[in-house]
Amino acid sequence: MTGRTNMFPRFWPNAARSNRIRTLWLVGLIAVLAVLLTLSITIGTRNVDWADIIAAIGGAQDTIGQAAVALRIPRTFLALLAGAALGLAGAIMQGVTRNPLADPGILGVNMGASLAVVIGVAWFGMSSPKAYIWTGIAGAGCAAIFVYTIGSSGRGGATPLKLALAGAATSVAFASMVIAIVLPRGDIAGGIQSWQIGGVGGATYERIAPVLPFLAVGFAISLLSARKLNSLALGEELAAGLGEHVATARAIASLGAILLCGTTTAVCGPIGFLGLVVPHLCRTLIGVDHRWLLPFSALGGAGLLLGADILGRVIARPGEIDVGIVTALIGAPFFIWIVRRQRVREL
Amino acid sequence: MLSPTIRFLLDYRRRRARRRVSVQAVLFALVVAIFGITLSVGQSFTPPTDVVRVLFGENVPGASFTVGQLRLPRAVLSVLAGMCFGLGGVAFQIMLRNPLASPDIIGITSGASAAAVFAIVVLSITGPMVSVLAVVAGLGVAVLVYGLSFRNGVAGSRLILVGIGVAAMLQSVIGYILTSAPAWTLQEAMRWLTGSVNGAQLSQALPLLLALALFGGLLLMRTRDLEALQLGDDTAAALGVRVARTRMLVIVSAVGMIATATAVTGPIAFVAFLSGPIAARIFRSNGSLLVPSALVGALLVLAGDYAGQLLLPSRYPVGVVTGALGAPYLIFLIIKVSRTGGSL
Repeated sequence: MTGRTNMFPRFWPNAARSNRIRTLWLVGLIAVLAVLLTLSITIGTRNVDWADIIAAIGGAQDTIGQAAVALRIPRTFLALLAGAALGLAGAIMQGVTRNPLADPGILGVNMGASLAVVIGVAWFGMSSPKAYIWTGIAGAGCAAIFVYTIGSSGRGGATPLKLALAGAATSVAFASMVIAIVLPRGDIAGGIQSWQIGGVGGATYERIAPVLPFLAVGFAISLLSARKLNSLALGEELAAGLGEHVATARAIASLGAILLCGTTTAVCGPIGFLGLVVPHLCRTLIGVDHRWLLPFSALGGAGLLLGADILGRVIARPGEIDVGIVTALIGAPFFIWIVRRQRVREL
Repeated sequence: MLSPTIRFLLDYRRRRARRRVSVQAVLFALVVAIFGITLSVGQSFTPPTDVVRVLFGENVPGASFTVGQLRLPRAVLSVLAGMCFGLGGVAFQIMLRNPLASPDIIGITSGASAAAVFAIVVLSITGPMVSVLAVVAGLGVAVLVYGLSFRNGVAGSRLILVGIGVAAMLQSVIGYILTSAPAWTLQEAMRWLTGSVNGAQLSQALPLLLALALFGGLLLMRTRDLEALQLGDDTAAALGVRVARTRMLVIVSAVGMIATATAVTGPIAFVAFLSGPIAARIFRSNGSLLVPSALVGALLVLAGDYAGQLLLPSRYPVGVVTGALGAPYLIFLIIKVSRTGGSL
């Protein structure tokens, strides 16, 4: 892949990589994930010795230490799932919009899901996890369509600046609507305030189980659209020339991304910037071929979210920092760095 | 004997100037009218004669407390904060030649908010020290955003995107401080964050007045230089404007006003963002937008607070009302700008 076929030629002039290097990176990434997995189960607010940890993994919950570890296992599982979903969703959004700044957080999609969930809780007394997920997905979908319509209207189509501004504006708007809904409702304010920040703490298997079918469909659609995204990366005319139905390809891939981030937001609250950082890092490792990039982004997202969650548990002992805050603190400087790399005219 | 063309031009200019004065007078009258209404019509009705007597310092049973202690500080604070937001916002928009480059989008308001929340929750400070910290932090963030977007000069679009990133980071800092806040300060911080003039006291008006007099006066004195910046840096320099110095002065005074107002009332959403464009729509390109924007800002906060208290089903702080108002306008602006093909 050279020249025009490269989606981000300014960033990675020699983005083509041989499959051997990619396989090496894959092995490396899985090894990192394994290390993080171990860390996530062993590290926490409470220090637990190894015997208890191994007993807890076996299912025992006799001592306080074992019970603490037993709580960490579903949390780790949720962090993996949510991270993979957000990383993948970010990679797809960047591919569909051909825009290096696309991210479910910046484009306002997560805030859309969160507004929908807040409306459901406040006005319709929604409480079942299934209802959370459906409204989250519906909100994410509406917000995505809304932001993309605004951002791509007028001259020049969907430039990164217009999309980012439309997303930021929509996020601010949705956030103030959330406040307007929550403020007179003291009964739900506390719960929503903590959910709004985005975290994986307090996860249980009961909360995770209803998410799985939605995420599975989302992952399947997303990963299967890799080839379509590769064609889209060539530009609309070339993709159409290759026999790709551009609008359908975009719609299907976006549907996958919306399923993923809507579901994740419904369970964890809005977590930003993960979908921005991960695909960029993965592109530096393995190039721009979406057949590799998409699975890598999923794995990388899982690793980054898990890492951020562990970091949040460690740096504020004895308290914890929610993972949504950690990802924003890591991701926002990254966002600024990308902005600084671009030449002005291209923004 | 003047030629017809010159006579026409003179006539045209005179009419423009007259129109400008009359529109400004109408705006001012509107502010005064709403100010009067908020003083006399609240949860209970106070006859205007009583209101006037209270204002002149007489002790009127039943009215002295409601008007003098509750409504007057609230209205005064609304007007002053609105003027600060409007003036500071439009100064940024003019200087950066972009209607979207208002302090609430590019992180300056977030910076002041983060500092104030930190002061309230972590340092348990209240009162004027919070304002000082918020002003310092607002300035710091302005310098940071400016510095980070500096690469062979500052381009407007890069500055806005960097600002969005910085704002997101500061929001997460605010979120973190709030999660670790004990319940009693959390309430205070949340109230503050939505932006409201609840529980206003006349003593709070003093920093706002000072900021308006000092920074607002500076800006108004430099109106010509600021307007010249709108033509582009090179043209402004050719017209004899010291670009770097003017820009510094504008940043300092606009941030000073915005941060002071933010420190007193909290970040009242979108007032800084909306005032300039609304004033521009009313006045077209008829002269400087500074004073009109200040009036529009005052009007927005006054009317928003009144609506939030009395016209809506449950009582909302003014920030929620202006936020709900601002969001559709923002989207309208984006659509309009991209349709006309202007530069965002």
